[in-house]
Amino acid sequence: MSKGLLREQAEPAFDVIGEEHPRVDSWEKVTGEAEYAGDLDRSRLAHAVLKRSTAAHAYLEGIDTSAAEAMDGVLAVMTGEDFPVTFGSLPAGQDEHPLAQEKVRYVGEPVAAVAAVDEETARQAADRIEVSYDPLEPYTSIEGALEEADEPVHDKGYGNSDRVAALEFGDVDAAFEEAAHVREDVFFYEGNTHVPLETHSALAQWERGRERIHLWASTQCPHTVHRVLADALDLPERKVHVHANTIGGGFGGKVDVFPHQLVVAKLSQLLERPVAITLTREEVFYTHRGRHPVLMWIKSGVDEDGRLLATDFKSFLDGGAYASLGAATTYYTGALQALTYRLPNYRFRGMRLNTNKPPCGPKRGHGAPQPRYAQELHMTRLADDLGLDPVELRRRNFTGPDEVTTNYLEITTNGLAECVERVLEASGWAEKRGSLPEGRGVGFAVSSFYSGAGEPTYWNDMPHSEVQIKVDRSGAITAFSGAAEVGQGSDSILADIVAEVFGQRPEDINLVVADSDETPVDLGSYASRVTLMMGNAARDAAEKALQPILEAAADELDVPSDELVAEDYRVYPEGDPEAGLDFEDAVELAENEQGLVGAVGNYTPPEKLGDFPGSGVGPSPAYSFSATVVEVDVDTETGEVDVEQVWMAHDVGRALNPMSVEGQVEGSVYMGLSEAMLEEQTFFDDGLHRKPNLLDYKTLTPQQMPDVESLLVETDDPRGPFGAKEAGQGPLLPIPPAFADAIDDAVGVRIDETPVTPRKVLQALDGRHVGPEDVPDADYPDATHVEVPDDAKQGLR
Amino acid sequence: MSTQSDTALSIRVNGEARSLRVPPHATLLQVIREELGLTGTNHACELGECGACTVLLDGEPTLSCLTLAHEAEGKEVTTVEGLGDEDPHPLQEAFVEEGAAQCGYCTSGMLLTAAHFLEDHDDPDRDAIEDAISGNLCRCTGYTKIVDAIELTARGEYE
Repeated sequence: MSKGLLREQAEPAFDVIGEEHPRVDSWEKVTGEAEYAGDLDRSRLAHAVLKRSTAAHAYLEGIDTSAAEAMDGVLAVMTGEDFPVTFGSLPAGQDEHPLAQEKVRYVGEPVAAVAAVDEETARQAADRIEVSYDPLEPYTSIEGALEEADEPVHDKGYGNSDRVAALEFGDVDAAFEEAAHVREDVFFYEGNTHVPLETHSALAQWERGRERIHLWASTQCPHTVHRVLADALDLPERKVHVHANTIGGGFGGKVDVFPHQLVVAKLSQLLERPVAITLTREEVFYTHRGRHPVLMWIKSGVDEDGRLLATDFKSFLDGGAYASLGAATTYYTGALQALTYRLPNYRFRGMRLNTNKPPCGPKRGHGAPQPRYAQELHMTRLADDLGLDPVELRRRNFTGPDEVTTNYLEITTNGLAECVERVLEASGWAEKRGSLPEGRGVGFAVSSFYSGAGEPTYWNDMPHSEVQIKVDRSGAITAFSGAAEVGQGSDSILADIVAEVFGQRPEDINLVVADSDETPVDLGSYASRVTLMMGNAARDAAEKALQPILEAAADELDVPSDELVAEDYRVYPEGDPEAGLDFEDAVELAENEQGLVGAVGNYTPPEKLGDFPGSGVGPSPAYSFSATVVEVDVDTETGEVDVEQVWMAHDVGRALNPMSVEGQVEGSVYMGLSEAMLEEQTFFDDGLHRKPNLLDYKTLTPQQMPDVESLLVETDDPRGPFGAKEAGQGPLLPIPPAFADAIDDAVGVRIDETPVTPRKVLQALDGRHVGPEDVPDADYPDATHVEVPDDAKQGLR
Repeated sequence: MSTQSDTALSIRVNGEARSLRVPPHATLLQVIREELGLTGTNHACELGECGACTVLLDGEPTLSCLTLAHEAEGKEVTTVEGLGDEDPHPLQEAFVEEGAAQCGYCTSGMLLTAAHFLEDHDDPDRDAIEDAISGNLCRCTGYTKIVDAIELTARGEYE
């Protein structure tokens, strides 16, 4: 199934690792047994519904809850006055409230909450709450938010500017002076949203006797929810228990802490009974935290051979009403450009603006797909300017393995060049580019992504992932991890790694996951971090837990422990299974010897190399690399584009389970194409969402989804567990620019904004420029000058 | 959900006769999930746009979020919990083996839609399979492995 692993000859002998096998959670998912948060029930369960703002930007004049309170079956009605709390998922981003305080900032913002004996009653009661607004002019665009106005979205003292980055590595202006050719382009990447099929759910239960709050939720980051919930309820963290249920899709949309989670916890505490909430699909569109719309300007100077000398990049992020993880997003729009290409002199200026729309946040690829679109299309146009092949121009500028980028990212393995070779060969690029019949074309793009964020989500020096293993006299192995299974396969990675170490099958490893009472800390399922970080912690714990078992067996068998292996549910001298012991007998010996067998494992990423504002965004233990070719057929009458096939080569370090990795690659290709072709979260001028439902918000259908050939490149990263790097986000990034590039090859039009819809294709065919003309003038602070790492480290010498 | 206007409802669910009293406006999805506790059928859009709530009603794929429970009076409802007999349905086996379920939220609707489709399509090509599942959204897989699993089941690779 996995089409040709690159380094099969060097494959070490693994049993589970590298083998295609079903995920450990697949049976519960095909039988309906998987338990999502919305499936939970409790005796005396009350149901909550949120009253949401109908104004985009307004002062709250008054909230009349009397009619709601008078209803039979209503247990409590709460407004912002009853829960005056400010919170945020990141330390740099504490600007949100569970229920609006004084002011509302987007249509759909929670204003009040009702708890009732059933959901229907709660909904009717919420409808009877009367909210009066004193409206303000809403900001709904980047340009609008930049204009001087009396009343910004937040009163932070910088107008609507939420976050500004200004960095210069090397001497950009001087390098432009040396350039043989200079080019600049402007692009716009439209915002879109995750649409996880499961809408958000949470159930809170106040435990009277011990005065603890329990929260079961669809969250990718139970640890963040734990910390923020403790703050919001003013409880010590030990009084808070958070459990992440099976999650019906996240894609970054369930990374944040949300008002509805805090509200049900507060209501449960108030009522001393369990309270649940499940958002409607429409509410999920308002809850959002999805892809930021980003306006970008990129200017590059190259020498006569096409080597990049100077790069200048600006991004304007339309952040919506609140910070979410936008501080990180802002820096991510500038952090990865120098990871794919060597940029000896690089200036990055970014600005995130608050607008009166649902908050944007992390969506698969977090802050990187937008600049990827700009940089890749820009590179192809630079090549055209110079009369160079677009692949060749890129090759001359690729980063390599074992180097440090201009912005101090440390690359270990780098399979970019190999990815390109594989994808060009498989797609027949050389025969197709510029040579297919009119209307058909191929596009190309490359990318790179991080395998976990090197810095934690809050300042501390503790491990990012911790795993516990217990092995008892029954021979049962149980692994405890705080990582959340969001559909990406995290449970299976945990089981696979532990099974590999103990010589057993993944389905025989018992798992306890994503529960703050029962499992050690894991920072969560975001930033493509779980396989690498949780995987390393799991391997660490498993190897430590196996050791006393090997030693006890060594005593019994009178063989040195380092000559013993755990394989096939036995412990035996390597090469002589008959001479050994059954695994549970060896465990019993160990338990006789030392008591309960178990161990903990930890993973802390390496320290970042840079020390400048924003230097915490971008560092990762390892980076994945991707190259793609997209083939399209454009109907010049209708502007419709059929995607014929996608070839995606991805350097995953090592495919722990190739079937699962392919699933991540195919899913990334799908999501990238869907947002390149049709997904857009857009608003009317008054801040009203244009399409908060799945009929109007289009996603790619099975008929539109092309065949995908996944080419897995293995580079065996020394920092990954068994060499593995990420696969869940990286392959999304090159898809949108490759799609646009393919249309250019097919019909000779350049489209400088997403989504690339049939209407835009027709406009472009009609000779019109599709995309932004310019970026606004913005008042940036002076860039922080950062000396670049020396040439040798950068791979320039 | 119970109110004074509740009326009697008799249905067969996964082969078992069930008699309930439900309000006239209750949807089949609400009854399946909340009254019968069969949470394998999922709620995702409430508007018939995503297919996650698909069940079989007298063998026909039906969006339970858009169907009043009383429309099912006297009928046989099959949910994912009732798919297959003593052994799992071959499609369940195929979805497991081919990696067709990631988050799993669309899976029950996909399985029921596909099970009905395969009843009268012995040898469908991929286009026909894609048409058959076009009312069922999936955000994880890109549909690739779902179509693989259905295709291989149709070819008899899973029994």
